[in-house]
Amino acid sequence: MNRVLKGFAQAAWFGGALSLSIPLAFAESPLSERKFEFMSPESQATQQDDFSNPGMLWVAEGEALWNAKAGATGRSCAGCHGDAAVSMKGVAARYPVFFAGSGRPIDLQSRINVCRKTNQDATPFPLESRELLALSAFLGKQSRGMPITTGEDKRLEPFRARGQELYEQRQGQLNFSCANCHDGNWGRKLASSVIPQSHPTGYPLYRLEWQSMGSLQRRLRNCMVGVRAEPYPYGSQEYVDLELFLMTRARGMPLETPAVRP
Amino acid sequence: MARALINVPAKAKRGDIIEIKALMSHPMETGYRTGPDGALVPRDIINRFICTYNGEEIFSADLFPAIAANPFFSFTTIAMESGRIAFRWIDDRGQAHLETAEIAVE
Amino acid sequence: MSRKPRPVGTSRREILAAGAGALALIVARPARATPESMADAIKAFVGEAEVREGRVTLELPALVENGNSVPLTVKVDSPMTAQDHVKRIAVFNERNPQPNVALFYLNPRAGRALVSTRIRLGDSQNIVAIAQLSDGTFWSDKAELIVTLPACVES
Repeated sequence: MNRVLKGFAQAAWFGGALSLSIPLAFAESPLSERKFEFMSPESQATQQDDFSNPGMLWVAEGEALWNAKAGATGRSCAGCHGDAAVSMKGVAARYPVFFAGSGRPIDLQSRINVCRKTNQDATPFPLESRELLALSAFLGKQSRGMPITTGEDKRLEPFRARGQELYEQRQGQLNFSCANCHDGNWGRKLASSVIPQSHPTGYPLYRLEWQSMGSLQRRLRNCMVGVRAEPYPYGSQEYVDLELFLMTRARGMPLETPAVRP
Repeated sequence: MARALINVPAKAKRGDIIEIKALMSHPMETGYRTGPDGALVPRDIINRFICTYNGEEIFSADLFPAIAANPFFSFTTIAMESGRIAFRWIDDRGQAHLETAEIAVE
Repeated sequence: MSRKPRPVGTSRREILAAGAGALALIVARPARATPESMADAIKAFVGEAEVREGRVTLELPALVENGNSVPLTVKVDSPMTAQDHVKRIAVFNERNPQPNVALFYLNPRAGRALVSTRIRLGDSQNIVAIAQLSDGTFWSDKAELIVTLPACVES
């Protein structure tokens, strides 16, 4: 109840401040403005110590899954891809990528499932399942510290533009767009958290609020609920297009997977 | 699936005070949360953590629901001799998870 | 202290009304602890001994980003020798559903009395850490915390 009232109070404040705002053009964001720097020193320290970062538990599980035989083929990921530290280096940093099979972008979780089905003859893991988060965390960690390179493929441009449209459109009962907060008010506080620029540099990540690992889709759903919009179902193309837009916008920033966030 | 990450230095000098870290995957369900159906989700936590060094207890803890999910502990011990550092987490059902690490002390 | 959550309908009033007996120790699962129940829990730990402030340092962030996971470090100024060491450190809270947080057992093999963990805080409140030394004395430190909500939570 309190959260709803807080939300309305914020809405009233925002409404006055932003009623005349014009949709922002796509602008380069300064590279230093990550949520990491906006977090408390304690949360930063939790992320930076691999023996304290709870996301590393999922990375450890992902490593075990990478090496485990799967499906009717009895093949493990390692069976084809070998040592992930070599074969997967840089991979997560360029997702979402264009997938010829569907003619549109695909995110890492779905791409893992395509591989499972096609090459291992194994049942795909449900989206947001523990196993899928573990595998994508493990893969993400192989690119930790590397600059994000998403969106270089020209075929992705119409989908990135669609993602930008979604980012800039107002939605929900509070009638905010992502841009209203994350472009127009980043660095200011909302409910005592600093509003970041929403660069998804650390996904999947351990969110203290979830007490668990989660994907960017889960976090976007939290945001949509935050503006009192009906979230798209998991796996919706909207999330992939948004992720493509956000990751392209974050190009050059280092991947932090597995990150910790409040 | 129980999964733990432990950090014990592989080597240490006799008499050094070393730091040990232990992180265990566990939701630490408090028993105070309501589930989607409105009913209380029953308590299910790790309630005891014990660390031994060549069989002798060097640190232990009684845990309550106020310990955060995926419990983390960091504590110290004197590197006295080479051997095995063992970790045990025991949950409300009496089930134990064990991990060990070897340390070489010169 | 009860370990299982109690079913609805077993509040103190209802039990007494039903004449269920003088088991005054049965307390309805409280919505939260209180400074009084924290005082009771401390009494259960120290007995009749006096608790002195000092020698213990309790480190917690003053402004908590998310009450689900709050890093806590407690250290005690002690040589940790066989003659003079910390035996137990207990951590208490005032406003979670129950007052105990953790009880740490140490011995001279620790080298130093320094423990870190992460705790849950249901609300802004005081946290107290009490160390029991080998000479039977008890020492404490207290921290006052403000717990905030993050933005855009799960529905």
